[in-house]
Order: sequence, then C-alpha cells, then structure tokens
Amino acid sequence: MPTFTYMTRCDGCGECVDICPSDIMHIDTVYRRSYNIEPNFCWECFSCVKACPQHAIDVRGYADFAPLGHSVRVRREEASGTISWKIRYRDGREKLFSFPIRTTPWGSIKPPTEYVAPDADALNSPLLAHEPAALMVAALPTLPPFEPDMSSKSGG
Amino acid sequence: MGLFSSRKTHIVDTDILVIGGGFGGCGATYESRYWGRNLKVTLVEKANIERSGAVAHGLSAINCYMGMRWNENQPEDFVRYARGDLMGLVREDLIYDIARHVDSTVHLFEEWGLPIMKNPETGHYLREGKWQVMIHGESYKPIIAEAARKSASEVHNRIMVTHLLMDAAHPNRVAGAVGFNVRDGSFYVFRAKAVVVAAGGASHIFKPRSVGEGMGRTWYAPWSSASAYGLVLRAGAQMIQMENRIVLARFKDGYGPVGAWFLLLKALATNAYGERFEASMLEEMKALVGKYAEATPLPTCLRNHAVLQEIKAGRGPIYMHTQNAIDTREKEEIGWEDFLDMTVGQAVVWASQNIDPKEKPSELITSEPYVMGSHATCSGAWASGPEDCAPADYQWGYNRMTTVEGLFGAGDTIGGSAHKFSSGSFTEGRIAGKAAVRYVMALAGNTPRVDEAQIGQLREEIYRPLANYEIGRHEIVAGSVAPSYISPLHGLQRLEKIMDEYVGGISTLYMTSEPMLNRGQELLTMLKEDLDHIGADGLHQLQRTWELKHRVWTSEAVLRHTLYRQETRWPGYYYRGDFPKLDDAEWHAFTASRYDVKTGEWQMSKLPVHHIIA
Ligand SMILES: Cc1cc2nc3c(=O)[nH]c(=O)nc-3n(C[C@H](O)[C@H](O)[C@H](O)COP(=O)(O)OP(=O)(O)OC[C@H]3O[C@@H](n4cnc5c(N)ncnc54)[C@H](O)[C@@H]3O)c2cc1C
Ligand code: SF4
Ligand code: SF4
Repeated sequence: MPTFTYMTRCDGCGECVDICPSDIMHIDTVYRRSYNIEPNFCWECFSCVKACPQHAIDVRGYADFAPLGHSVRVRREEASGTISWKIRYRDGREKLFSFPIRTTPWGSIKPPTEYVAPDADALNSPLLAHEPAALMVAALPTLPPFEPDMSSKSGG
Repeated sequence: MGLFSSRKTHIVDTDILVIGGGFGGCGATYESRYWGRNLKVTLVEKANIERSGAVAHGLSAINCYMGMRWNENQPEDFVRYARGDLMGLVREDLIYDIARHVDSTVHLFEEWGLPIMKNPETGHYLREGKWQVMIHGESYKPIIAEAARKSASEVHNRIMVTHLLMDAAHPNRVAGAVGFNVRDGSFYVFRAKAVVVAAGGASHIFKPRSVGEGMGRTWYAPWSSASAYGLVLRAGAQMIQMENRIVLARFKDGYGPVGAWFLLLKALATNAYGERFEASMLEEMKALVGKYAEATPLPTCLRNHAVLQEIKAGRGPIYMHTQNAIDTREKEEIGWEDFLDMTVGQAVVWASQNIDPKEKPSELITSEPYVMGSHATCSGAWASGPEDCAPADYQWGYNRMTTVEGLFGAGDTIGGSAHKFSSGSFTEGRIAGKAAVRYVMALAGNTPRVDEAQIGQLREEIYRPLANYEIGRHEIVAGSVAPSYISPLHGLQRLEKIMDEYVGGISTLYMTSEPMLNRGQELLTMLKEDLDHIGADGLHQLQRTWELKHRVWTSEAVLRHTLYRQETRWPGYYYRGDFPKLDDAEWHAFTASRYDVKTGEWQMSKLPVHHIIA
C-alpha cells in the first residue's frame, strides 16, 4: 500500500524524508509538503507513517490487488513503549490491537566501551564480547579439529 | 570533468569501514568497537540505520536461537537441520560458528530492551518452532541501531556505496570504498584498513508477481539491491552457490510469512478441495532427489515443489486455514501481531478484501526468486572459517574474510551459511567485526594505499548517468522515451524480464535449461552494455542507477552458476529441464566463480563440501 500525505495535516518537517528506507518521501517544491515520489518502490513498511509527528501520512493499498475502502492506522509511542493499530475493513468492521515495543528506556543501551577492556588472550580466542557469561552456559562449544575422511567428497 | 566538476569530495580515513547498517553491519560495528577500543570504526549506510534494511518494519520472531542454557538445542543439531534443508550443501564450519555464538547475541538483545515472549509454564522464551522465538519486534531495528550508533566513531547515513577501492600496491587487497551522498550529491572516499560488507541481499532480480503500483510489494525489501554481491564480486572475491536462489511460499499478494501460522498456531495448508497434498508426493520427490526428501522437516524447496505440483494440476488456490487456528483472542492477537510487526501489507490485504482470518482461509502462493545468504538459502562470498574448527582448506587467515585481503562480510554477504536470519546475521557481523580488529592490529604500519587515478576514474563513472540524462533529454520534447538513454526503471524491468523468462522465474514456473540460459546471457550482455547509457534525472535516480548496476552484476553471477551446476539440486527453487534430477556423484560440491573486472572473464570451479558434523 503506497503512502500519501494529507495536504492539510503536513507541515513539511521532513521526518518522513529522513526515515524512508526507499528514499521516496520527498518535499514538494511548490507546496512545501511531503509526497511519495515513487509509489512502486514503497514497501508499505510504515516507517514514515510511524515517524510523522502530525499523523499526516496514510496508506491506500496497492491498486493492483487491494480494493478501496480499507484503512490501517498506527500510533507508536516511544515513551510508553507501545504501538497501537486500528484496522478498518472495506465492509466497515474494525479491529484494534496494541503491543509492547521495548522494555527499557530509549537511549539506555550500554556502549561496548563501558565494559572492561578485554586482554590480548581474549582477543585471540574465539570468544565474542561478553562471552562466555552471556551464553549462559559454562563454556563456548567447540569441535575437535577437522580430519578429512570418507565423509567429505568433492564430487570431482 | 565538465558538467559536474564543482561537486564536493569528502575523504574519510578509518581503520574499519562497515558498509550497510542492517543486522550484519550493526553487529560488526558493535563488536569491532568492543575489541578495538582505540580504532576508528565507520558505519556507512544508504538509508538511515534507524529503519534500514530487511527489518525496517520490525520482525515478529528471532529465527535462530539455540537455547543452550535450557538444553533445548545444541549447535550440532542446528548444523544438521540447515544441511538437511539445503540438500546437503552448506559450510558446516560457518553454521556451527554462528550457532555456538547466537545465544549470546539474543541475550544481549533482551538486555537492550527487545521484548521476547515467555512461555508462562517454563519461563523460557516462547518458541515458535524448534529454532525460533517469538518477540514483540516492531522496534527490533531501532533498538539494534541504537547500539550501533553508540559503538561507531561515525555513522554516515544516506551514502550509496558504489565500489570498493583496491590497494595500489597489492591488487588483491581492499583499501576502502567510494559512493555518493544521496541528498547533496557529494562524493565520498572512505580509505580503510579493513572493510566489512553487510549490504544485504537481492529483491527485484526476477520479475515480481505484483505489477504496476504494487511492484514494490516483494517479500524481501525493494531496497535490498544486491549491493553485497555487486560490491564484493567486482573486487574479485570468489563467490559460491549464486544459483541457490530462494522461492518462498507466502500469503498471496501481501507476502505475509507463514512461520508463526504453521509452527505456533498450527494452521494447515490444503489445496482448493481441502486435501493435504504434501505427504502423497513423497515418493515422487524421492525419485527426484533421493535421500534428501527424507529429511525432517521436509526441505523448504520440496515444500514449494509440492505447492507447485498442485497448482500445475489445477488444484489451487492453495489455502492456509487460519480460521481453524485462531479460536481465542490471544491467538488472534498473535496472528495479527505477526504481520503488523513485520509485513503490514498483509493486514491491508485482509482489510481491503474483507478477509477476517478468524473466519476465512487465506491464499498461499510461491514468490518470485530472491538472491540472499541469510534465509533458507546461501548465496554469497566464499569466506575463511573459524580458526579452531574449520577444515584447513576453508581457512586462509581471518574468520569471515573473503578471498580478498582485508575484505570481510556478514549476513547476506557470506555464502554457504544458510538459516542465519536476523540474530545469526548480527552474530556473523560480530564474528567479522572481531576478526577485522585482529586483522587491523596485525597490519601495524602496513596501511593500504589508494591510487588517485583509481578514485578519479570512479568519480567520473559514478556521476555519468546524470550527464547522460542532461545531454540526452535535449534531443526530445518531453516524456520518458529518448533514443540515447533509458531510465533506471526501464533497465530494471528489462533485467527482471530476462531473469524471469530465461533463468527460472515465475513465468516458466521456475524452469530453465542450457539453451534458455545461453539466450538469457546474450540479452544480459546487451543490458550490461546499456548500463553505460542509463540517464538519471537527479540524485534519487542516480541511487536507482547504482542499485540497478549491482543487481545486473549479481544477476550475471546467478545465471552463470545456474548454467554451471548441471543438475536440479533444489526442486521448488528452480529446475534445470535438461538435468531434472539431483546428481550427488557429480555435484556434491559448491559452485564457485571469480570475476575479473579487467578482462570481464568469469572463472567457474567446484569447491569441496566437508561434513564436519556426523
Ligand atoms: C519480510 C521478512 C521477514 C523476515 N522474518 C524474519 C524473522 O521472523 N526472524 C528473523 O530472524 N529473520 C527474519 N527475516 C530475515 C532477516 O531480516 C535477514 O536475515 C537479515 O536482516 C539479514 O541481515 P543483513 O545485514 O544481511 O541485511 P539487512 O539487514 O537487509 O541490511 C543491509 C543494509 O545494507 C544497506 N545497504 C544496501 N546497499 C547499500 C549500499 N550500496 N551502500 C550502503 N548501504 C547499503 C541497507 O540499506 C541495509 O541497511 C525476515 C526478512 C524479511 C524481509
Ligand atoms: S513527517 Fe509528516 S509533517 Fe513532516 S513532512 Fe512528513 S508528512 Fe509532513
Ligand atoms: S511506507 Fe516505508 S517505503 Fe513506503 S514511503 Fe513510507 S517509509 Fe518509505
């Protein structure tokens, strides 16, 4: 479902332009508001819809298979860590859903540099950062060195 | 120089350059910062890492998790599973390596704030299937992007990387990359000691089922532009299994994934007459592929094969009986969240076509083929394996280094290790990131040197499509038809048509053969020549031009590998009509290619498959 922008709601802030992974939300030079410049490269990922502070972006299902009259609206709230969806069917039925999106405050991830620096032994071992503790098993599994035998065949 | 000589150039010097800020790239950035405290780590991305790559929507499951802490699975089990699914041909060392590390990645994700669902009885992660765990994953990508931003010295968003740079003194050593800023058009030169390519797999190589406005509604993201392959193969890296494209059975038109419906909600799929058809085809499949049809679960390609046989026999549509699977509000929510977290378009199909999954079944169909290395498929670069357990001929230095010195890869970039998915791609990024740190430290003062002439030539080449358009459009009044240039979309549609009709796309029901491939190669060669005549009417179309070039270069590898492997290894992914059966005596091997950018020649060979797990 490609996106479109409601003329009366958009204030041209550019958040949608900044986020679209397909680089297809652009600001119209005459109206100073956003629009989808290439609907046939839209993945309906809703990244722009979720990012718009004015809720000015909506979607209309792809013309080649989606009959008119539906809507899928979303509100993503980082502060409360939830996303809510309102789905309206062509025949008018509605469904509401709400799901969690994150369990920790935004910005709270500890950068790797805040952990004690590893030593040279660890650098030359197969262990990755925080292992073996982060594996929650005693040790990183390993295999005996490989010995070529009948189980390998190159097939010519 | 001419028209565009006033364009600004930015030179960025860095120790480690990570190209593509998706799952592999974010993993590589985090890990290289962890081990390389004093190194400069630069992440470059064509979109915005907050929502880039295959996981822009989010995801509803982590598809690769062992659960070693609860003794649920061991890495060896995972290797057997991936090997069975890929009809015997995988890099077992690489898969084992991912499997033994992936749990630590998933535990890190949970600590960062990714909501992982729990089984109320056991307190363990809620399993979707044997390897998958369910998540509330709408913000999966923003969460890992936060970790990557905190790890990188610099993140450059909106830079489309077009080429890798090679060391002037050692032609088989990488020295950085070039690209352009999609917003202001400036030219970027990254000079790096080590490069990790994590630029994702490929959609829109084959013509999609959706047409017109809907053409972007592919399963893999329309921005998965084959750059991982386009970049590394032009640098001379050896590629493997490029014929191993993937076809997926998905909810029709919306491309909703089927995993949660089959595995967690236990929905059944039948033909139009309500019959379950898979089991009755087992004997026929054994005649085609022998013992590989006995694997449990049945390999992904063979499940497609069964769907195709039903459709060919006129017993479609195939239906997923969602209506029998969601009998409680809780299950209804799981079913909807599955799509709202990861493929919102499926919810739109339901709303627009008045399909309530609680009441009606939904159609399933097989998709157009995709080229990637992280799903139930393993196209990509040939990489050095883990030092402690890879066979000797699978290692030549650093883990996940390609055959080009200093050039590493992760996720869709690396061949042979199927079933990585999101968590495994991030894990592979971590493995590559750590190895890149070791590589850079060992280089000491021996820094690669970039030749100015090489940079100047690439700069000219990168912006030429703007000049083609600027000059060519004066020949015509208006419109999109010009005698001297074609648009990137024109080129893309030509490519998709060639691949679809000659290399095993949907229009031939995935069938191809030597004569068809040879004809496809003739047409592809002319398309390659026409790539010099793409006209771009601005920076956005310049990005589309370079995405197209990466797709075309990759497609040639797909075609040549498909021609080289004279058997039908994965019925349901594609068929060689002239070699309809699996042939273990000749083809229990990886297909490998090396492209020489100077001569334009391809060198094809076989590489051995070693089974390191019984
Ligand atoms: C619909 C769907 C459902 C899926 N479901 C699941 C699931 O349930 N569970 C699971 O674990 N996995 C799932 N996957 C798979 C998972 O998303 C991939 O395996 C994973 O994202 C691959 O990681 P990657 O780093 O190789 O590619 P990506 O994550 O796609 O990252 C590639 C990055 O490179 C950037 N890039 C590309 N070209 C260039 C260039 N030229 N210059 C600069 N940057 C560039 C892209 O913008 C992107 O950010 C799903 C994928 C899809 C599409
Ligand atoms: S984010 Fe919303 S308000 Fe801002 S430019 Fe886009 S549509 Fe307009
Ligand atoms: S839905 Fe996604 S692809 Fe489409 S315009 Fe919005 S951000 Fe871009």
